[in-house]
Amino acid sequence: MDEREGLEQRIAEWRSYVRRRQAVHAVDVEELEDHLRSQVESLGAAGLNADEAFLVAVKRLGDLDSLSREFAREYSERLWKQLVVGPATVDAAPAQSHDAVRAVLLAIGAAIAIRLPEAFGWRLGGPAPAESFYLHNAALLVLPWLAVYFSRKRGLRPSDWLGWSLPIVVAAVVMNVTPFRPAGSTEVLAVLHLPIVLWLTTGIAYASGRWRDHAQRMNYVRFTGEWFIYYALIAAGGGVLMGFTMFLFQAIGLNAEQAVATWVLPAGAAGAVLIAAWLVESKQSVVENMAPVLTLLFTPLFAILLLFFVGTMLWTGNALDVGRELLIGFDLLLVLVLALLLYAISARDPQAPPRWFDRLQLALVVCALLVDVMALWAIAARILEFGFSPNKVAALGENLILLVNLGVSAVLYVRFLGGKATFTELERWQTSYVPVYLIWAWIVVAIFPVVFGFR
Amino acid sequence: MDIAKDLVAASATPLVLAILGEGESYGYAIIKRVGELSRGELQWTDGMLYPLLHRLERKGYVKAVWGQSETGRRRKYYRLTKAGTEHLAAQRHQWEVVDSALRGLWFTGAEPRLRPA
Repeated sequence: MDEREGLEQRIAEWRSYVRRRQAVHAVDVEELEDHLRSQVESLGAAGLNADEAFLVAVKRLGDLDSLSREFAREYSERLWKQLVVGPATVDAAPAQSHDAVRAVLLAIGAAIAIRLPEAFGWRLGGPAPAESFYLHNAALLVLPWLAVYFSRKRGLRPSDWLGWSLPIVVAAVVMNVTPFRPAGSTEVLAVLHLPIVLWLTTGIAYASGRWRDHAQRMNYVRFTGEWFIYYALIAAGGGVLMGFTMFLFQAIGLNAEQAVATWVLPAGAAGAVLIAAWLVESKQSVVENMAPVLTLLFTPLFAILLLFFVGTMLWTGNALDVGRELLIGFDLLLVLVLALLLYAISARDPQAPPRWFDRLQLALVVCALLVDVMALWAIAARILEFGFSPNKVAALGENLILLVNLGVSAVLYVRFLGGKATFTELERWQTSYVPVYLIWAWIVVAIFPVVFGFR
Repeated sequence: MDIAKDLVAASATPLVLAILGEGESYGYAIIKRVGELSRGELQWTDGMLYPLLHRLERKGYVKAVWGQSETGRRRKYYRLTKAGTEHLAAQRHQWEVVDSALRGLWFTGAEPRLRPA
């Protein structure tokens, strides 16, 4: 009996030791434990005592470093951040410092690029023609550097370089050739949608040309979320820095406001795009999965908000009063719900069975759909009454695109919770849908001005 | 005899699929079966079987179900799927090509020369 207890204790120790490996999940440990016990039993039957049998069985399982590395390799998608295993990182060290140099150089490049037009007389914040030059080109001056960063880092072939640079050149031509009426709706819409075009095009470089690959698309979605968080952190730090700059120079009687606004702010904002990307790429294990953590935090809160909203609306019988700008507000709500959904999906182990969190996600999506259908109803009435305008059509189009995505997601969620579909189908639906955003953004940038007569 | 690491790795997938082709099984039993089939000459590091099984599951070649062992312990059983059967057939064909090419040489009777003439 003593021997039995000793064995149990040793297995418990072994289990907690293996559990510390992040790449090996609890279910995997359970499977390995079954193996260990089977081995111990059969060795015991062959005459070994429990201690000896345990030692032999553990030895045969193999050394834990290479085992957990093997698990991490198999689950590289789900364990995106946890590939920091053992000695492999030693070889990576020179490559990492090389990568840092590249990121900093490109960040300086982006910072110079955003200021360079000044040398040709296009003053930032200057009068009308210069102002619209920056409005049209700010994203074009910065985001291509990010694409260059990925292309260099991934060692893209020349044909893949063309894959992203050609669309960017086309976008640059469109933005600078289209005779926008100053401050017209189509101009504002094009400026707002251009970054989406450029960002998704950069994804081609990120995926080293394999943008058809669903895993690569999901990785780019993850990257986007983490990048956003890093960028927000850098922006917060940068704000403090600029505040102190102005404060210090004011103390010696100099006004630094002009220098900060025309130099530090634009150059810093441009460079931070690259630095944030580099941080996401190289410091993955430091800010571990921030986007999913925030998702976990905010999904219940938003679900509660929307539930109460729908409930209140039904209770009071107040109809939605959708003004012109309100539809954009509902667009943003859908984008937010979609983001919560995407990051929940990207962080989830596709093979795990449904959990309570999945039901919560479904509740959130269904509520958002309800609210949105009511908003759409109201806006359709408005369009019938007042006719079409670029803003309304753009908002309506986005609304429909997001509505279709969330609607199908809801159906897939229900099927998944009912055991009729796998989670992978939901993931694939999201990644298959990414090109729709790109196409729509292109339509708004390139086709809307023509259709609506540049107004 | 030590079989080269590369060869062990390359043969692992067809072996596992073929063993599952005999019927549903689980990790420890698969390892034991490999031992029997190779008369103990093919030695795997036991743990490495599991990442391989999970990879096969992700590719849809096998399906895993949690069940119970004879003693009531939770145990994960693996079963060959239709895609797995097809993949196994393809693998088998490849191995037969390699095998017959080598046999063509092994049995011409010529012993390998140690030094080029």
